[in-house]
Amino acid sequence: MKFSIVVFPGSNCDHDAYHAAKHVLGQEAEFVWHKETTLKGADVVVLPGGFSHGDYLRTGAIARFSPIMTAVAQFAAGGGPLLGICNGFQILCEAGLLPGAMLRNRDLKFHCEHVGVRVEQTDTPFTSLATKGQLLRIPIAHGEGNYFADADVIADLESSRRVIFRYCDSRGQTTDDANPNGSVNNIAGICSEGRNVVGLMPHPERACEPVLGSADGLVLFESVLSQVAAHGGVRTAAS
Amino acid sequence: MGVGLHRKSKKMKARVFVTLKPSVFDPQGQTIAEALHSMGYAGIGDVRQGKYFELDVTAKSPDQARTLAAEVADKLLANPVIESYRVEIE
Repeated sequence: MKFSIVVFPGSNCDHDAYHAAKHVLGQEAEFVWHKETTLKGADVVVLPGGFSHGDYLRTGAIARFSPIMTAVAQFAAGGGPLLGICNGFQILCEAGLLPGAMLRNRDLKFHCEHVGVRVEQTDTPFTSLATKGQLLRIPIAHGEGNYFADADVIADLESSRRVIFRYCDSRGQTTDDANPNGSVNNIAGICSEGRNVVGLMPHPERACEPVLGSADGLVLFESVLSQVAAHGGVRTAAS
Repeated sequence: MGVGLHRKSKKMKARVFVTLKPSVFDPQGQTIAEALHSMGYAGIGDVRQGKYFELDVTAKSPDQARTLAAEVADKLLANPVIESYRVEIE
């Protein structure tokens, strides 16, 4: 199975995602520069974390116009599993592949810490091996992760069970104290209507081995591995 | 030359002001307001922080320049989920 990891100028978690796919999972992985126009036969596409284009204007606002994004949108429209992590999530929102937008963290601080994240839904390609309510301890590292959308959009996300991850305390309670950035309803990650596009602010790719302090993020990658193995990939043009 | 015929393009300045929508919390504006209050400026209430862009535009009329500036504001300068904008042409 092949992971294609898109690299934007300023991406800095691209190698973490590559390492998780290639060395932890033992799968094929390839970097795809943002100026390219094909995803090189990807079964799974990852938009990694970082600071694309220096976060100028708004996070992800310029990256969404990169040439590769046309192929990314086609991959998503075809049902391909697409994961946006941190800056990748911000890019997906700016591109309209996921609803909502990110505001500055409510305390204006950059948060770099392990947080509690609760898995809300398991019918996405990235949570199929998790259990509903499972607690993950994985890191966040962002200054603009304060998820916002209009009340009607939030209501639609909730009623269609598209909130996939929420910030929570060690007992799984989604308290305000456990919310690191002020996100509406403690939202840490959501999915698309087709459920194949998932975006989250926490970094599962940085928590795939015990030596890193947590291997809780591995379940996202193992899930997509089993999903693609079970259903076959949506392969993109290899050229 | 007849008025309106063969109008030449002119260089103009488009000023685009982008602000957070009223429903969106602005932690930066609030922090600035709190700083001003602690400095003794009791006459200043809320502060909302925004962005300001100056675009050099070549267009045949101020209306055309305004349309162009609005188009790029819609596409790139502002995110309609959280922001609104206003255009001035000079």
